Amino acid sequence: MAEFKKADSMLEWFDQRLGVVNFVKVMMTEYWIPKNINFLWAMGVVITVLFTLLLVSGIFLLMYYKPDVNMAFDSVNFTIMQDVAYGWLFRHIHAVGASVVFLVIYIHMFTGIYYGSYKKGREMIWISGMLLFVLFSAEGFSGYMLPWGQMSYWAAYVITEIFGGIPLIGDELVVWIRGNFYVSDATLTRFFMLHVLLIPLAILGAIVFHFYALRFPHVNNEEGEFFDFDEEAEKYKAGDKKGSKVIPFWPVFLSKDFMVVGFFMIFFFYLTFYHYGFAMDAINFDKADGLKTPAHIYPEWYFLWSYEVLRGFFFDIAGISGKDLGLIAFGIANAIFFLLPWLDRSPMVKPANQRPYFKYWFWILMADLIVLTIYGKLPPTGVNAWVGFASSMTFLVLFAVLPFITKLEAKKVGGK
Amino acid sequence: MTNESRRGFIGKAFGAVAGVGAVASLVAMKKTWDPLPSVMSAGFTTVDVSALAENKLEVVVWRGKPVFILKYSADMAPTDGRNVKVGDHYFSVMIGLCTHLGCIPAYLPDAHQFKCACHGGEFTADGVNTFGPPPRPLDIPPFKVDGVTLVLGEEGEEYKAMTAKA
Amino acid sequence: MKEFKILAVIVALVAVTYYGIEPYAHHVMHPEPAPADYAFSDLKNVDTTLKGDVANGKVLVEANCIACHSIEKEGYPAMMSDSDAASSYGVVPPDLSSAGHLYQTNYLANFIFDPVTASNLKHKYPEGGAKVHPMPSYNWMAAQEIMDMVAYLQSIPKATYVSESEERRADFIDACGRCHSMAYAGISARTPGDVAKAYLGATPPDMSQYIKSRGRHYLENFINDPQRLLHGTGMPRVGLSEEAQTHVIDYMEEIGDAKKAEREDLGWKVMLYMLVFAVFALLWKKQIWRDIH
Repeated sequence: MAEFKKADSMLEWFDQRLGVVNFVKVMMTEYWIPKNINFLWAMGVVITVLFTLLLVSGIFLLMYYKPDVNMAFDSVNFTIMQDVAYGWLFRHIHAVGASVVFLVIYIHMFTGIYYGSYKKGREMIWISGMLLFVLFSAEGFSGYMLPWGQMSYWAAYVITEIFGGIPLIGDELVVWIRGNFYVSDATLTRFFMLHVLLIPLAILGAIVFHFYALRFPHVNNEEGEFFDFDEEAEKYKAGDKKGSKVIPFWPVFLSKDFMVVGFFMIFFFYLTFYHYGFAMDAINFDKADGLKTPAHIYPEWYFLWSYEVLRGFFFDIAGISGKDLGLIAFGIANAIFFLLPWLDRSPMVKPANQRPYFKYWFWILMADLIVLTIYGKLPPTGVNAWVGFASSMTFLVLFAVLPFITKLEAKKVGGK
Repeated sequence: MTNESRRGFIGKAFGAVAGVGAVASLVAMKKTWDPLPSVMSAGFTTVDVSALAENKLEVVVWRGKPVFILKYSADMAPTDGRNVKVGDHYFSVMIGLCTHLGCIPAYLPDAHQFKCACHGGEFTADGVNTFGPPPRPLDIPPFKVDGVTLVLGEEGEEYKAMTAKA
Repeated sequence: MKEFKILAVIVALVAVTYYGIEPYAHHVMHPEPAPADYAFSDLKNVDTTLKGDVANGKVLVEANCIACHSIEKEGYPAMMSDSDAASSYGVVPPDLSSAGHLYQTNYLANFIFDPVTASNLKHKYPEGGAKVHPMPSYNWMAAQEIMDMVAYLQSIPKATYVSESEERRADFIDACGRCHSMAYAGISARTPGDVAKAYLGATPPDMSQYIKSRGRHYLENFINDPQRLLHGTGMPRVGLSEEAQTHVIDYMEEIGDAKKAEREDLGWKVMLYMLVFAVFALLWKKQIWRDIH
């Protein structure tokens, strides 16, 4: 052990023991971010803030929530909502936060797609991000079951039933997941465990991984420009802040993020206090009843697009049942985004609007996802079923043709 | 044998031992997720149908759902593919949830008919929808005929024959 | 400028999606029914312009009603316990002390004349069917006599309440509490659940969270005439006056959404704080970025 000399200050004392000076440099003041960015680059920090709100509000909800089919509904709707001081506030923040975090995740995700931030060395950033998306989805789904309302019950019923379509093991798998032949107390308690422990742990780990994955390839910028970060950092440290292409994470990058967070939170709290219906479905204020199906069953809005891909195939094609086709399409829809770095065969890292073919692909995808989302909620009858089929097919075709149009694009721009 | 390769072998063997332990724990974890024995046994409901009264609805609970068992009287005509013969009598065996919105229909013995109080749907004694909003006949649960008892939850010959016709 | 353009694109995409999954989807799944009719103008069997005679009404009520109905306020007690009454009639008959205030005049007159038509339960009690409504029709009475009874019921003074909330609670219990419980308010239905189930075809639901699960607007239309929104339901049209119905729904909100006032009061304060936070964040950012650009 090295010899310790008596510390002259508290900072030095800690620095001797924990190396805090260097740690702060590496993590904050000399962690370099490109300067050429817009407010969309703040979405990561917005998600982090929302996740923190969810974690904190969740801890307080956990103090009064009872994971038991006979007590869950009243522990939420009476104890937490009406008895506990500010219990209602934590529940509203938790419910609205869970919904809004998906909105920001989608913005974050499509920002990445638009600016090509998933390729040429940034593949692991993309994959860890998609992993977070899957984990957040699992967290959202398991949490939605806990209030034990009608939509909790029937969404859980319908979604777990999906696994029944898997060949051979399907039926047994459904029973295994539920812990019973139907959604019951065993189902509630195991999803409670997943929601409050296992998945949050996995999310925390994946967040660390996601941040770590950013360190080597560095954050992308608005023009997709590649430059030498070390050189630019030296320029900044030498005092040429205006000429340098990078800024330090703290305080420069975060000062902008805090501003975005500030304005965003006005909107967030407006939703929390005055416009929460989209996140707290009215039907879920009816207690779960396994003998009474609600008139319309739909998942939360952020699952609607993939739910519609599942429902889109409502007739048999070439001897394969509509149900199986839907299940296959649903599986593809949930996995395909992981492969994006390899489906995009063009080496161009540029905002979509500067890419001759990709720009059409991107905006058609956006339009298609919006159509899928809206029709995922509407009853699948008459013409709606056909719109669902067409938009589901469009979704699959878009990803099937992506390698070809990006290959053509690469040829056109000559490898630039 | 050189020292080097022995070290390599011991390392691999240690890895294998650790792997066995990991797989064994995974099996234990999978089993913890399995439905409890009480749940599994409750998944198969056995009903002795010989003692049931004619034209009187028997409701048993199977896997959280009500199941209708109706013993036909002589004046009731069975339908091919919807009724099962146990002993000398025909029976209707159906999940007692209206296929519209899942309410439990009531049986009207005089009319040989099921009527759903929620939205007025009507079904025949064999569960075929005849009036109102229900989109399809009452569902038939998997069952097996075992002498004079019905085992709900197992797929017997009679059940397979019925689903093949449907 | 460019950042505002990006923001505009995102806001537009979110707005289209929101419109599709919220207002539009609700419009498709829950079509708007005709507005509530508090005059019950489809009921025309009794000429309600006739002026009723209170004294004669009292005589008629004594002769015709109190065999089954109590009028506690006027000194006519109930003949049976709630559970006995429920098993005799199918449902506990209402105490008539507040009937004159709860029920709209035209409805009340027409209900006495023909309960099945007034309560909109012809599908449940078809003419000549085996099941009959527990209350007989008084269609043999003259319109004047019916209006006399209505006048008498309306002349019974309203109870005095220490608070508006207590009045709303009393109206809820009188109007709904024979069949519906409201656990969060400690109210249990007077008719036992299994008896009510036999009478109505389904156990009447607990009302604790109905203000949240159905919303004020739906409840207004539904209570006014259940058949319009849930065709075939066993729930009768109860014929509440607009005032009584508002009391009932206000009480459901008071119990089911107890923190509404607190929430709406805290909301704008938190938003105002976030605005101050955002302005300071903006000023700080501008200061820091001055050296950067």
